[in-house]
Amino acid sequence: MTRTQPDRGPLPGTGTGAHTSPLLHVRDLRVEFRTRDGVATAVDGVSFAVEAGETLAVLGESGSGKSVTAQAVMGILDSPPGRVTGGRILFDGRDLLKVSAEERRSVRGARMAMIFQDALSALNPVVSVGRQLGEMFQVHRGASRKDAWAKAVELMERVRIPAARARAGDYPHQFSGGMRQRIMIAMALALEPELIIADEPTTALDVTVQAQVMDLLADLQSEYRMGLILITHDLGVVADVADRIAVMYAGRIVETAPVGDLYRAPAHPYTRGLLDSIPRLDQKGQQLNAVKGLPPSLLSVPPGCSFHPRCPAVRPVCHADEPPLYEAGAGRASACHFWKELLDDECAE
Amino acid sequence: MTSAPSESPAPAGPAPHGPREAILEARDLVKHYPLTQGVVIKRQVGAVKAVDGVSFELRRGETLGIVGESGCGKSTVAKLVTSLEAPTSGSIRFKGEDVTRLSGRARKALRRNIQMVFQDPYTSLNPRMTVGDIVGEPFDIHPEAAPKGERRRRVRELLDVVGLNPEYVNRYPHQFSGGQRQRIGIARGLALRPEIIVADEPVSALDVSVQAQVVNLMERLQDEFDLSYIFIAHDLSVVRHISDRVGVMYLGKLVETGTESEIYEHPTHPYTQALLSAVPVPDPAAEAGRARIVLDGDVPSPANPPSGCRFRTRCWKADERCAKEEPPLLVPGAGPAEGPARHPSACHYAEEKARIVPE
Ligand SMILES: Nc1ncnc2c1ncn2[C@@H]1O[C@H](COP(=O)(O)OP(=O)(O)OP(=O)(O)O)[C@@H](O)[C@H]1O
Ligand SMILES: Nc1ncnc2c1ncn2[C@@H]1O[C@H](COP(=O)(O)OP(=O)(O)O)[C@@H](O)[C@H]1O
Ligand code: SF4
Ligand code: SF4
Ligand SMILES: [Mg+2]
Ligand SMILES: [Mg+2]
Repeated sequence: MTRTQPDRGPLPGTGTGAHTSPLLHVRDLRVEFRTRDGVATAVDGVSFAVEAGETLAVLGESGSGKSVTAQAVMGILDSPPGRVTGGRILFDGRDLLKVSAEERRSVRGARMAMIFQDALSALNPVVSVGRQLGEMFQVHRGASRKDAWAKAVELMERVRIPAARARAGDYPHQFSGGMRQRIMIAMALALEPELIIADEPTTALDVTVQAQVMDLLADLQSEYRMGLILITHDLGVVADVADRIAVMYAGRIVETAPVGDLYRAPAHPYTRGLLDSIPRLDQKGQQLNAVKGLPPSLLSVPPGCSFHPRCPAVRPVCHADEPPLYEAGAGRASACHFWKELLDDECAE
Repeated sequence: MTSAPSESPAPAGPAPHGPREAILEARDLVKHYPLTQGVVIKRQVGAVKAVDGVSFELRRGETLGIVGESGCGKSTVAKLVTSLEAPTSGSIRFKGEDVTRLSGRARKALRRNIQMVFQDPYTSLNPRMTVGDIVGEPFDIHPEAAPKGERRRRVRELLDVVGLNPEYVNRYPHQFSGGQRQRIGIARGLALRPEIIVADEPVSALDVSVQAQVVNLMERLQDEFDLSYIFIAHDLSVVRHISDRVGVMYLGKLVETGTESEIYEHPTHPYTQALLSAVPVPDPAAEAGRARIVLDGDVPSPANPPSGCRFRTRCWKADERCAKEEPPLLVPGAGPAEGPARHPSACHYAEEKARIVPE
């Protein structure tokens, strides 16, 4: 279900298209946090794969474990209190949980990069933007100061910062929110990584700026054929750019599907609830169908299906039997015992 | 708490058709914040024109939505309407009486009728006060609204109205989720039985599922108490859902106003068109057939807005006239003689554009 995109030719230094196995393959990842009140399993057996050139969107309510999953993959988990307690993170065939700290660091700098929600706090406030971008080339590529500066200006132009040459000496706070986010993107792209993880990259931005930033990200991604993991809770953004979606709930993936399939006919009641709860620009609806109740505390996830206290389709078996991630048709999976009835139902409508 | 506010002779429940009387009228509102330089001797070197000539009316029982990009002046309008700030010039009439000219007791009495619900449910509640104290606080400021002995009962009633367990009166804000805190904020807003509630980004900080719960609650309360809302948000889909009429702001000015369907289905101002085209729709099939207008550049500084039409630095239709003449917010003279495109739009070349919102 990879979108066909205009091929502008591979860029030097990226192992474009050479992979037969996925670029990133996360298997049964578990992450725990030790807190005063007990052990919280923030990520509870999560598996997914991302191919080169593909965009996987990870969707879910706040606290569902999206950022922690991303941090574990990047190797920047806050630990302690956080700890990866199981699973594998295969990047280009190697398990990142087994490699040396040094190797991990070099992968993180050059081959995978992260874009954070809050650009202002991710950038160093007392170093000029040009210096910060340039440092990437000095540290990882051994570039001279002068070359690094030129590269920085070039990158700023790529992310469409007007008057880039004149503004490279400015500090982060001197840029608007949208520009700062574009600078973050420039930073992430600097070394032409194979994988980018963007954690809510446009949540803090206005729609018009959001559109600018997403367009830029999508353009650059297809140009460099990067894998992109886009973490968001905005179902609109996802529909526009993703190839596949993984929906998280209480530390687990409860549904994955190609983007079109998921919107057409969700195979999990939670996904359906999310889709029904958003007001739509193209519809003046009546009452919104809110998902009732609140997400559970990770210290006491309900037994059986963790969604059962909020599920409109709950049955007695759901209280005790935890649903596995069932295969639910081509390229789809759902962690609901009744996924098939749900799909039949939707097709009948 | 089921009777309509005492002064209101109007029937309960908004009339679905036909305009009702204007309960609030804002005329030429201006708010400039001085920009100063110097530490010891402060010199004024200019002004941030946060709101720069805004007029609108709010009718009883309706929801007026205000949308626009960050920094365009939405919150400032909210603060002016609720008298949290005094306007630099202009008037705000509540049932015909100019709020900005009142002082002392008369002003305080008026303020009872216009309450505000804030954006951030995490910081707008005092963490050291119990929920009961927070919801009951307006009674301390306006003791005439509820006799002392009545208060506890009233607070519990209010919690019940917004769907919170009245047993929670003695809990603290941190013991609640974001959606529940927003309900607490709404309960406090309702305490004095206002006729108008100004909600500034009331659901922006919430997850979609919880956001829907709060939006549904606000709609139910509106019907129940015949409230008028000014609903401010940057999420255009939420605003469409809840609003009867909508005003679009850009750099301190309203650039287009109309009914929800006039604005969303027949926008004529280039800025509104760009704004709507940028909103992603959660439907890949609909999304595929859309033409997106991506605006270049950033919003200019409100301290130094462009001459003529303020949108001209980002407008694809701008010409010399736009740099010289400021377009007034009027129903365009050219174009069709009637129909939904005939609503106020501050553009010299106001005109409909095909397929902005997918069908
Ligand atoms: N007290 C103040 N002093 C100086 N400038 C101010 C003050 N309050 C607001 N402004 C400026 O006025 C303009 C409008 O601000 P306002 O808070 O109304 O924006 P907004 O439309 O609510 O934006 P957002 O969507 O980000 O909440 C901004 O440029 C802001 O920086
Ligand atoms: N540093 C930390 N210490 C303790 N708990 C944490 C920490 N970071 C995240 N968590 C917990 O892990 C869970 C998942 O968080 P997160 O991945 O940030 O959610 P989201 O899906 O909103 O990104 C939450 O319950 C959160 O409170
Ligand atoms: S397993 Fe049961 S409770 Fe869980 S989502 Fe399916 S129907 Fe609902
Ligand atoms: S008046 Fe001119 S610049 Fe302003 S919106 Fe209309 S066409 Fe664009
Ligand atoms: Mg997060
Ligand atoms: Mg605001």
